[in-house]
Amino acid sequence: MKKVLTYLKPYAIRMLFGFTIKMLGTFMDLGLPWVLAYILDEVIPYHEVSRILLWGLAMILLSIGARTFNIWANRMAAKVARNTTERLRHDLFEKILSLSGNQLDYYTIPSLESRMTSDTYNIHSMIGMMQRIGVRAPIILIGGIIITSTLEPVLTLVLVGVLPFLALIVYLVSKKGIPLYMVQQLAVDKMVRVVRENITGVRVIKALSKTAYEKERFEQINSEVVKKELKAGSTMAITNPVMNLVFNAGLTLVIIVGAYRVNSGMSAPGKIVAFLSYFTIMLQAVMAITRIFVVYSKASASAARIAEVLNAPEDLRILSAEELEAMISQEAAKDQEAQEGKTCQTYQTGQEVQRGQDAQTSHEGQQDKDLKAADDLGYEDKTEESEYHITFHHVNFAYTKEPCIIDMDFGIKRGGTLGIIGSTGSGKTTLINLLMRFYDVTSGSITIDGEDIRCMDKQQLRKKFGVVFQNDVLFADRIYENISFGRDISAEMAQEAIAHAQAADFIEALDEKLDYKLTIKGSNLSGGQKQRLLVARALAGKPEILILDDSSSALDYRTDSLLRKAIRENYTNTTTIVIAQRISSVMKLDHILVMEDGQMAGYGTHEELLASCEVYKEIYQSQLMS
Amino acid sequence: MAGNTGRSKISDKTDKPRDTKYVLRRLWAYIYRYKFLVALALLLTIASNMLALIGPMLSGYAIDAIQPGKGLVIFQKVFYYAFWMIVFYIISSALSYLLSVLMIRISQKMVKRMREDLFKKLVELPVGFFDRYQAGDIISRMSYDIDTINTSLSTDVVQILASIVTVAGSLIMMIVISPELVLVMLITIPLSILYTRYMAKKVRPLFRKRSAKLGELNGFVEEMVSGQKTIKAYAAENSIMDRFDHLNTETVDAYYDAEYYGSMTGPTVNFINNLSLSLITVFGAILYLFGHMTLGNISSFVQYSRKFSGPINEAANIISELQSAAAAAERVFRLMDEAPELADKPDAKVLDEVKGEVALEGVSFGYVPDRVIIKNLFLHAKPGSLTAIVGPTGAGKTTIINLLMRFYDVWSGNIFVDSIETRELTRQSLRKSYAMVLQDTWLFQGTIFDNIAYGKENATMEEVVAAAKMAGMHSYIMRLPEGYQTLVNEDGMNISKGQKQLLTIARAMLLDAKMLILDEATSNVDTRTEIKIQKAMRKLMEQKTCFVIAHRLSTIQGADNILVVDQGNVVEQGTHQELMEKKGFYYRLYHSQFE
Repeated sequence: MKKVLTYLKPYAIRMLFGFTIKMLGTFMDLGLPWVLAYILDEVIPYHEVSRILLWGLAMILLSIGARTFNIWANRMAAKVARNTTERLRHDLFEKILSLSGNQLDYYTIPSLESRMTSDTYNIHSMIGMMQRIGVRAPIILIGGIIITSTLEPVLTLVLVGVLPFLALIVYLVSKKGIPLYMVQQLAVDKMVRVVRENITGVRVIKALSKTAYEKERFEQINSEVVKKELKAGSTMAITNPVMNLVFNAGLTLVIIVGAYRVNSGMSAPGKIVAFLSYFTIMLQAVMAITRIFVVYSKASASAARIAEVLNAPEDLRILSAEELEAMISQEAAKDQEAQEGKTCQTYQTGQEVQRGQDAQTSHEGQQDKDLKAADDLGYEDKTEESEYHITFHHVNFAYTKEPCIIDMDFGIKRGGTLGIIGSTGSGKTTLINLLMRFYDVTSGSITIDGEDIRCMDKQQLRKKFGVVFQNDVLFADRIYENISFGRDISAEMAQEAIAHAQAADFIEALDEKLDYKLTIKGSNLSGGQKQRLLVARALAGKPEILILDDSSSALDYRTDSLLRKAIRENYTNTTTIVIAQRISSVMKLDHILVMEDGQMAGYGTHEELLASCEVYKEIYQSQLMS
Repeated sequence: MAGNTGRSKISDKTDKPRDTKYVLRRLWAYIYRYKFLVALALLLTIASNMLALIGPMLSGYAIDAIQPGKGLVIFQKVFYYAFWMIVFYIISSALSYLLSVLMIRISQKMVKRMREDLFKKLVELPVGFFDRYQAGDIISRMSYDIDTINTSLSTDVVQILASIVTVAGSLIMMIVISPELVLVMLITIPLSILYTRYMAKKVRPLFRKRSAKLGELNGFVEEMVSGQKTIKAYAAENSIMDRFDHLNTETVDAYYDAEYYGSMTGPTVNFINNLSLSLITVFGAILYLFGHMTLGNISSFVQYSRKFSGPINEAANIISELQSAAAAAERVFRLMDEAPELADKPDAKVLDEVKGEVALEGVSFGYVPDRVIIKNLFLHAKPGSLTAIVGPTGAGKTTIINLLMRFYDVWSGNIFVDSIETRELTRQSLRKSYAMVLQDTWLFQGTIFDNIAYGKENATMEEVVAAAKMAGMHSYIMRLPEGYQTLVNEDGMNISKGQKQLLTIARAMLLDAKMLILDEATSNVDTRTEIKIQKAMRKLMEQKTCFVIAHRLSTIQGADNILVVDQGNVVEQGTHQELMEKKGFYYRLYHSQFE
C-alpha cells in the first residue's frame, strides 16, 4: 500500500483542500437536527411563526450548502483518483514492458494482466471511495459526537456506548466473511476452467464420448461453488439485521435515558427527537465504513500485487566496460577454482559433467584454443574475430538450476546464414533468447560486431533484429500496422516484405488488402497465413539480423522453399539464423549448428555434417527416405 | 474452421431483442420451480417491513409520554412503549435475517439449475458452434451473466417488494399522524423523480461509455502483455506506450466524466432528505404551535419521511439493475436456445465389432452455404490400410476428418463404415471406433495419468505406463518431480509443445479403436522423437485403418493410398510410386522441398 500511496503525494494539498470542503459540507449536514431541536425546544415557546420560518430558512440554506460543498469535494476526489490511476497505470505498464524473460516467467502473463486491469481498478475505486465516504464517515462520527455533546452530554454517552458494538459486529463478520469469499472465488475460478476446457477440447471430448463424464465433473464443481457461496452469503447476511437491532436498541435506550433527564429537568423532549435523527445519520456512516472496509481490504491486496511489480529490480542492466571486465574476471576466477579443484563447474550437475566431458574429448583441438581465449578474458577476441558479425564465446546458461546451454562457441559472418537444428528442448530457442538479451548468459559472452551485448542499449540492440518467434503473436490491428509495428516503414516497404514472405497472394485476395483488420491473436487468419505475415513483419525494414524460429512449420513444402529462395536472393546483407525441424529448411545455409541437450553436437556445412555428425545423419535419413 | 470469416459473438444484435415477455416467461419457469420458498420469502418481506414500520410510531408515543418539565414524565408509559419497541425490533431483525438466508438459498438453487442447464446445452452443441463463437463470450454467459441474474433476483425482487411495503406503509402512517404535513411531500417527491430521471438520462450513457472504454483497455493490455517479447524484439515499446497512454487517458476520463455526475447522487439524495426534514420541522413546529400536533408526532413523522424517501431514491438503481439482469437473462437464454447436434436417428445402430472399412461416395461439403470445400469425393480405405492426405495449407485436409468423425454432416453423398451409412449409426459408437490425435493438443488440468487415461475408463497404471512408453514419454515423465501424478496446468503451460503432443499421442494409444486419425499430429515433435513415435505407431496401426494428414513426406511414402488435396478438390489419388510416375501436382509438391 505504501508504494501506491506515494502516488497520492503530489495531490496532498489538493486532497487537504478537498478534505476541508468535505468537512464544511458534512458539518452543515450535522447542523440540521441541531436546528430541529432548537426550534422545538427554544423557538416554539416564543409562539412566533416568523421566527420559526426564519430558522426553517436557515435549515434550507444549510441543506443547499451541504449539497454544494459535498459535490465540490466529491468532484475534486474524482479528479485525484483519475490522475493517480492514470499515472499508476502508466508506470505499471511501462514496467511490464521492460520486464526480462526471467521476470516474465516468474510473474506469468495472466497474473500481470490481472494486475494491470482488475488491480488498478480496485485502487481507483479505493482512492475515490476513501476520499468521498472514508472521509465523511469519521467526520460524521466525530462531528456528531461533538455536536450532540453540546446538545445533551448524557444522551451522547448512550450513543457513544453503542458504537463499539457496531464496530465489533463489522469486525467479526468481515473477519469471518472475507476469507469465505476468497475460498468461494477459488471455486468459481475452477468452474470457469472446467467450462473453458470443455470449449477448447470439444472435439476430443466428443471423439472420446466423454460428455456424460464432463457433465458430472461440472455438476460437482457447480455444487461446490453453490455451497461456498451459500456459506459466505449466509455469514455476511448477519451484518445488517444485527446492526439494525443494535442501533434500534440504542434508539430505545435514548428514549428511556432521555425520559429520566427530562424528568429531572436537565433536558428537553425536542433534544430527544434531534438525537433520533443523529442516530440515523451516524448509523449510515458506520454502515458506509463497513463497505469501505471491504473495498480497502481488496485494494490493499491489489496494491501489494502492483507494488511487487513496480519494485521489481531492473533486470538485464546495461553494463559499463568496467563492470563487464569485473564480471568476466570473476567468472575466470571461478573457472580457475573449478579446474584446480578438479570438480565440476558450478552450473553443472553431476549428469551434465559427464556429457560436458564427452564433448571436451571430441573437440580436443578446439578446446585448447578455447582455454587460451578464456584466459585472455575475451578482449583480444574482439580484434581476432572482428570478421564475425555475431559471436558466442563459451556461453553457458541456466533458466533455473539445470543448465540449458553449455559451452556454446561459434561465430557468424556478416551476411552469413546459420541453421540451427535439434530435438525439442535442446536449447535452440534459448540461444535466441540470449542473443536478443531476454536473458543474460550465466557465463561467457555474446558479441555483435565485437561489442558485448550487455554493454549495448537494449533498444539499439533489438533494432538490429527482424524476428519471428515460435508461436509469435499478431495484434488486433490492420495488416499494415502489424507489419510496420511502430517502426518507420512505408506501404511500399511493407508490400515488398509481403511479397518476399509469400503473403502477397492471400493479402491481395482480401478486399481491404493492407487495411484488413485482424481479430485478436489474428484468429481470422489460418495458421499458414499468420506465419507468412509474421515473416513479412520480420523482413520489413531489411534488418541487420534475421531470426526465424520454427516459422515455417505451418507452411507446405512449396511455400517454404519459395520463401527460402526469396530470402536468399533479397537479403544478402542480412545475417540470418533459421531454427527448424526440417533439414530441407536449413541444408542450403552456410553453416548448420546441431544441438543436443544444450550442447553443440555438430557445426559445419550440410556436407561436412553428413560426413561427421551422427545426430545430423540420423535426422537427415529420417526425413529423406529416397 | 470456417475460413476467413472469423469468430463472432453469438448473435446479440442481428435479430431484434426478443420481447421482454419471453425473457420473463423463461425466468418465471425457474422461479416457479421454487414457488413455495418464494412465497415464503415474500411473506417474510412483508412481515418484517411492516414490523419495522411500527417502531417509529411507538417511539412517538413514548416521546409524548415525556412531558417537558420536571417530574412530568409518565414513566409507566415510556417503559411500556420502549418494551414493545425492542420486541418489534428483535422480531423484525430476526425475520430480515431469515429472509436474507432464504433468498440466498433460493437464488443459489436457481443459479445452480441455470448453470447446469446451460452446461448441458453446451456439451450437446455441435462442434461447428465452437468453431464460430468465442470461448470468452460463452464463459462470460456462464459466469458473469448468470451472476447478474442471480444478484438481481435475490436482492432486487425483495428490495422492490420491501420498498413498496415501506413506501405505502410510511405514507399511511404519515397520513394518520398528520394529513396536513403530508403535503410537504408534494415538494420533495417530484424533486426526487425529476432528479432520478435527469440522472438516468445524463449518467447512464456515461457509465456505458465507461464500461466500453474499460473493456477496450483490458483487451489492449491482454494483447500487449502476451506479446511483450515481440514488442521488445522490435523495440516498439515507445509506440506501444503512446497507444497505451492514449487509451489510458480516455479510460480515466470516461471514469471521471461518469463520476463527475455520479458524485452528485449522494449529496443530492441527502439534500432531498434534509429539505424534507427542514420543511417538516417548520410546518410541524407551526402545527405544534397551534396544537394540531404533538412533539412525538413530529418525531415519528421525521422518521417515516426518511423511510419514505429511501426507496424512491433507490428506484433508479433498481431499475438499471433490472435492465442489466434482463439483458443478461436474454444472453443466457439465447445460448440455451441454440440448436443442439442433430439427434441420432431413433433406429440408429450401435457400431460394434468394427472391421475398419471406410468408404466415401460422392461426398460434397462446405462450412458456409455458398462455399463448397469438398466436391464429389470418392475414397475407399480397406481395413488396416493407411490413407495419407497431403496438400498445401488451407486446402481442406482437416475437413475430411471433420466429416469422418461426424463433427459436421455431409451436404450430399455418403460415408460408410463397414458398409453401413454413418448417419444410420449412433454418433457415440461411430466416434468411439476412431482414435484421434489432433493438431491442437488439448490437455486439461489434472495429473499426467488422468490426461493419458482420459479416453479409457478404469485404465490401470500399467496400461497408462505402457502407452507412455510407446509414445516415448515414459522416461521423461519419470524425471518429473511427481512422475505420473504431476499436475498439468491449464493450457499445459508447464510442459513443452512437443511433450504435450506426445501426451495426446499416448492418450490415443490407450484406446482400442479400429481406426486412427492423425491430424498433422507430429508436426511439433522433432524428427528424432518422431522416429520413435512412428515405430510405436506402426505397431499401433497394425490392423487399423489410418488416416494421416502430414507435411512429412516420409510418413506418406509408406501409405497405401495418398489423397492429394488442393483448393478443396482431391486432385490426385494413388500410391507414392503411381503419383510420382504421373508427374502431376504431387510430383511438383515432392520436389519443391529440395529447391
